[in-house]
Amino acid sequence: MQITQTFRNTTQRMTLAFPMSIPFRLPSMLQAITLLIVALVSLPLVYLSVRALGAGQEGLGYLFNERTLRIVVNSLVLTAAVMFAAALIGVPFAWITTRTDLPLRRVWLVGGLLTLVIPSYIGAIMYIAAFGPRGLLQSLLEPLGVTELPSIYGFWGAFLAITLFTYPYIVLPVRAALLNMDPALDESARSLGLNRWQVFLRVTLPQLRPALASGMLLTALYTLSDFGAVSLMRYDAFTRVIYLQYTSSFDRHRAAILSLVLVAVTIGLIALEHRAASQHHNYRIGVGCQRQMPLASLGKWRIPALLFCGVLMIVGVLTPTAVLVFWLLRGAGELSFELLQPAMNTLSAGGLTALVVGVIALPPALLSARTTSRFNRWLVKFAYLGNVLPGLVVALALVFFAANYLPALYQTLPILILGYSTRFLPMSIGATASALTQINPRFEEIGRSLGLRPLHVTMRIIMPLARTGILAGMALVFLSTMKELPTTLLLAPTGFQTLPTEIWTAHAQVQMSQLGAPSLLLIAVSALSLFILLRQEKRS
Amino acid sequence: MTNPLDVTHLAKAYQNTPVLRDVSLSVQAGQIMALLGPSGCGKTTTLRLIAGFEFPDSGTITVNGQVVATTTVRVPAEERRVGMVFQDYALFPHLSVAANIAFGLKGSKSEKQARLTEMLTLVALPDVAERMPYELSGGQQQRIALARALAPQPDILLLDEPFSNLDVALRGQMRVEVRSILKQAGITCVFVTHDQEEALSFADEVAVMMSGRVAQVASPHHLYHHPATPEVAAFVGESNFLPGIAHGARVDCVFGHLPLDKSAYGSVTILIRPEWLRLNAENSQADATITWREFYGHDQRIGIRLADGTPLVVRSTAEDDYVVGETVGVGIQSIVQVFLDE
Repeated sequence: MQITQTFRNTTQRMTLAFPMSIPFRLPSMLQAITLLIVALVSLPLVYLSVRALGAGQEGLGYLFNERTLRIVVNSLVLTAAVMFAAALIGVPFAWITTRTDLPLRRVWLVGGLLTLVIPSYIGAIMYIAAFGPRGLLQSLLEPLGVTELPSIYGFWGAFLAITLFTYPYIVLPVRAALLNMDPALDESARSLGLNRWQVFLRVTLPQLRPALASGMLLTALYTLSDFGAVSLMRYDAFTRVIYLQYTSSFDRHRAAILSLVLVAVTIGLIALEHRAASQHHNYRIGVGCQRQMPLASLGKWRIPALLFCGVLMIVGVLTPTAVLVFWLLRGAGELSFELLQPAMNTLSAGGLTALVVGVIALPPALLSARTTSRFNRWLVKFAYLGNVLPGLVVALALVFFAANYLPALYQTLPILILGYSTRFLPMSIGATASALTQINPRFEEIGRSLGLRPLHVTMRIIMPLARTGILAGMALVFLSTMKELPTTLLLAPTGFQTLPTEIWTAHAQVQMSQLGAPSLLLIAVSALSLFILLRQEKRS
Repeated sequence: MTNPLDVTHLAKAYQNTPVLRDVSLSVQAGQIMALLGPSGCGKTTTLRLIAGFEFPDSGTITVNGQVVATTTVRVPAEERRVGMVFQDYALFPHLSVAANIAFGLKGSKSEKQARLTEMLTLVALPDVAERMPYELSGGQQQRIALARALAPQPDILLLDEPFSNLDVALRGQMRVEVRSILKQAGITCVFVTHDQEEALSFADEVAVMMSGRVAQVASPHHLYHHPATPEVAAFVGESNFLPGIAHGARVDCVFGHLPLDKSAYGSVTILIRPEWLRLNAENSQADATITWREFYGHDQRIGIRLADGTPLVVRSTAEDDYVVGETVGVGIQSIVQVFLDE
């Protein structure tokens, strides 16, 4: 007893005397966990590669034909257009609703973020109902002699729908970065003779670069992997063609080859973002003051700013709402409690996935934010792998993998959660890592020098400081899971209906009256989590 | 000739809580003024109003003869030619040292380069131009922040708690260095501090602020020896207070009759700085008992109790040795100050 006591005291003293020996254990543990996560999320890719190789000579011919090239160009054009349009909307919107004296700032902000709760396939169906053939707009214009509108189908329809429902992915990180910024930086720039506009361009915007880059990456990944909107708008991007290959010809080799091309394109994009981010150090120097940033006066720009927000609301919120009301009126009287079970399924699947992903995102995020070794950088890139696979492809790969190798898991909830987690892990890593890079690494060094073990440093210093970012990431995962269509369509256990699959079925069967209630429900539960997200942000 | 900075009757309230009630200040060209006061006295608000980050409810701010703030005039910060160095330095983390310093400069590339070199020489850091801010030590960051603020040649430079982020050892050294940089640049300065030692040693003039008003503006020497109120005396330096009755050129108290340099009448409070008292000198005026002692090396503080029970603090040179409980004679070596009682 006495001896153990003495021994313990001695080791304790030794730990204090040699604090440098502790930190090295942390990266190696993180590496091991991250490696495990990477192995899990690369399962679909490995399976796909095996499938594609199985196609042999025939596969090579398919890879280099003109049709494949056209699909690549189609997808790239759409992705670039959406990414830049979303940034052009998202950055000014985040700034005027966060840092200016715009009247009703918070109302506009909530309104602008509301489109985040409208999944792009519901949005696409709504825009088809509003602007498509025999849609709402046409019926309004018919008395004026307009009998035909320009077609909504194709590029412009897909572009409109995806841009309007993804720009919040830019608003959220940019707004978080704006709120975290040291007000003294802006004030220094102003005392050095820069006006508001110059301050925005030369101080604020460069500081936003990491947040903007991660937001733009999110929208790009969303566009590349989007299945619902491009399918409904009949635009021949990767996912639509792959799905058609799978459902019409059952040619899984070709589907696998196309998927691998898509994966290559996405990896290229992520590599670009990583290069941009690695040149950046965005943590605060020094302590900084927790002063509230004073609001910029819009002056004569107030009217254009209000117009900008107004147009965004009309197209992004009012139009879908009008369609929704129209659907609900058509469907009134047919309402039943049949939707309760799908709603519960959607919620529980989303919640479970957010929890799982929130936890497993931490090791890769810590690695990406704090270590610079080449190996770790590559490891983190591979943790992003899940997102380069469209939900459709993940689902296909997992369905066949489970059927062939793990029949016990075939069409069960765990494999569905695995599918979701594989898809949405990068979302959580991105948000967590960007919150971590804002933390001055000296805080960790302080913790270590105070004798805290790496795990305690993480729990007591990093987590509280990064909480807002981590929760924001989890909320995004929750939202995305609830909205996810293709993964659910293919991986859900038999009879496990969720709101997205309800909607998909109703649209396919042209039952407009049955679209209203599930769409409204899906939008309502998503809105609730957005509300939670904003309240969290306000509290911290 | 107009002053670089004139502030008259400044008032400012936040949510109906007045922070500044009536603040008036003038700073002469090339002078360094300290705004000294306890936290919440309004000194930082005053600085932010001068910088133009906020605007006063009433009062006037004039920079080099140009009115920059009144109830109706609101010249924004960027048009004031007022430089600012923040407590945390606020160096732009995305820019190199060179880009930080050149940030506020206008003109051709070669002009900027020339000014940059000049500034780096001024702050004695000629080799750090290509470094990033996070690669610098605290003292270096501060000098770069100073160089950045001075580069566009502002009319006034404001410093917010300039030394509070530095460790004590570095603080004294940086005070000397920064003061010499500022004097070399010939810039008019206003800085905020709650540290009286910093205010006295760094400033040419000290404005003591208390609950939203300027209690006194004076040179460090005058402020210490002739504080305007007992509150100022208590905040700046250490004080012994004794009750007394003034009769023109003398005051009666436990030490008997003491001479005054300004005549006063009636009930007064007498200020005696600890170093104005001498123990066991030839002309001792009272007896006292030593109650405690703090020995510093270069000098010492000694607590004594007079026969009537009045406790006093004495600061004396280090040579004499005292024992607690010992009886000593106490004399006053200086002309005491008196404040008329209300």
